[in-house]
Amino acid sequence: MTTKIVIGLDGTETGERAIVFAKDLAGRIGTCELLVVYVIEWSPFTFQTPEENALRHKRREEEIELATNRIVTPAVEALTADGYTVQGIVRHGDVAETLNAITVENGGSQIIVGRASADGFKKRLFGSSTQNLVMHADVPVTVVN
Amino acid sequence: MTMLKHLWLAVIAALIAAPAMAQETPGLDDKINQAFADFTGPFVSFIFAPFPGTSFPWIVGWLVVAATVFTLYFAFVQLRFFGHAISLVKGDYSDPNDAGEVSHFQALATALSGTVGLGNIAGVAVAVGIGGPGATFWMIVAGLLGMASKFTECTLGVKYRNEYEDGTVSGGPMYYMSKGFDELGLPGGKILAVLFSIFCILGALGGGNMFQANQAHAQIAGITGDYPGWITGVVFAIIVFLVIVGGLKSIARVTEKVVPFMGVLYVAAALVIIIMNADQIGWAFGQIFAGAFTGLGVAGGMVGALIQGFRRAAFSNEAGVGSAAIAHSAVRTKEPITEGFVSLLEPFIDTVVICTMTALVIIITQQLIVDPETGNYMLNEAGNAIATVDGNSGVSLTSAAFGSAFSWFPYVLAIAVVLFAFSTMISWSYYGLKAWTYLFGEGHAKELVFKVIFCIFVVIGAAANLGPVIDFSDAAIFAMAVVNVFALYFLMKVVREELASYASRLKSGEIRKFEH
Repeated sequence: MTTKIVIGLDGTETGERAIVFAKDLAGRIGTCELLVVYVIEWSPFTFQTPEENALRHKRREEEIELATNRIVTPAVEALTADGYTVQGIVRHGDVAETLNAITVENGGSQIIVGRASADGFKKRLFGSSTQNLVMHADVPVTVVN
Repeated sequence: MTMLKHLWLAVIAALIAAPAMAQETPGLDDKINQAFADFTGPFVSFIFAPFPGTSFPWIVGWLVVAATVFTLYFAFVQLRFFGHAISLVKGDYSDPNDAGEVSHFQALATALSGTVGLGNIAGVAVAVGIGGPGATFWMIVAGLLGMASKFTECTLGVKYRNEYEDGTVSGGPMYYMSKGFDELGLPGGKILAVLFSIFCILGALGGGNMFQANQAHAQIAGITGDYPGWITGVVFAIIVFLVIVGGLKSIARVTEKVVPFMGVLYVAAALVIIIMNADQIGWAFGQIFAGAFTGLGVAGGMVGALIQGFRRAAFSNEAGVGSAAIAHSAVRTKEPITEGFVSLLEPFIDTVVICTMTALVIIITQQLIVDPETGNYMLNEAGNAIATVDGNSGVSLTSAAFGSAFSWFPYVLAIAVVLFAFSTMISWSYYGLKAWTYLFGEGHAKELVFKVIFCIFVVIGAAANLGPVIDFSDAAIFAMAVVNVFALYFLMKVVREELASYASRLKSGEIRKFEH
């Protein structure tokens, strides 16, 4: 059975460092599959106007396209070029919960993320996504500084 | 050049002076009112006409009969699927792969912000002030029955909506009338759809706009002292314009967040007042039940209580009117009926919870004067309503009831009324727009025309004391219900098939909860 490593990207340079670390780890393990994931922060419990609701499906497609083209596909292509087996996933949801859920669904054995840079107030109130992930994930999590 | 300049100045001066002149010369206002009343009077009288020999408006009977028919036809769907509806809103059945689409919770919250408003605050005070505590009982009954009407119309709204290539959606009664009737091979669907759309545009400009602007101005003027209504109107119109034409989402977002907060604050304040008077809860419910069947001395007795309760519930939760079907259509679900289940929570929250809170606070704070000898309620001098402590009625009765416990609450209530009015306007601008584009087609220029008209009506609504116009707009909203309910009777079998199929798959485990 191949080991599956999940890499959580957030569109910043910390994600790049997570990729570098994952490559190093994969090289050590040997047969290894990489799963590059980008979660678009979204909650089903927000309040919206009727017009926003009507446009929601269109916006969602645009958000997914943007995240795929700008973040996930370049990472997948670069890793594939380096000879790794890679798959890319983009999904909406709570970052920590969704990253964990995708890992469990795909049988991932560990998650690698960069240290997130949440803004001050939100971080103090709810903790950053990285903190939440570390506390609640079902598999080991590596946070790359 | 100088001529042009003078002309411009004259035009600007005339524009500034026009609203002021309209107020200072009541003769002109009266003439406009009279002409409008003469023109629309027959329509208004027809919609609100009582059954012969009674004071019971037939339109209220029409809505209550429909709600009862749907309740029986779907075998008390509002009770059987109440728990399931809550599970759906919580997201228990939402596929994680669909995350990012409009959630059931969002659709419910959007539809609620269009209905929760003056009906819950002012309407209930009118019901209890005229019909006595017993009106509360009938209001709750009407709210519970109305859940089945909402279920029916919202399921159809999602099932027959239009999905366009660019990913946007349009839905509502006009779409299920035309597409649903065609599917069943019934004639006349298009005619109903056009009629509904016309009434929906009028209702949006009137009840969903002018009435709201008018009441918001009344609230603000009540605190700051009287000033010309057009000032409020222009400010409101500019804000509405920025949101619906300018696409300024930030204002809409703020409102959409503050309105639910206000709603929660309102219910919490009501609960605190009720708990503070815990020893009277038993007495208050006693009054509600006794009043429901005897009237406790109100004008019209038991029937008077019943009319007021039914009427205000229908005015408040809009079940059967068709507006909610437009709001719910945006949800992309594989099962249209799930949106029906979610929507049946609306009359429950709006009427059974929020309206009942208002009524209980008014009763428990003893705003209504009881004759100590007979135990019945005393009528006011005119004999058409119950005498209240300070002679209040409508919003001011609710305000006085809350104010008797928290002296600062009337200010919060005034802010709440203004915000509720604003969010109702934003919702109805969308409902009206959808009816407009159904009639004239989609397109930026066509939509802009409606949006500009909508903003102009905000100013008119706040500026003028146009009683007949407001009567007419209310009548237009209820005319929507006449057409909508008529169509629902023909289409309800489609919903029954959906319900049977969904219920069996839910039972067999084919439809199951997702692990989150």
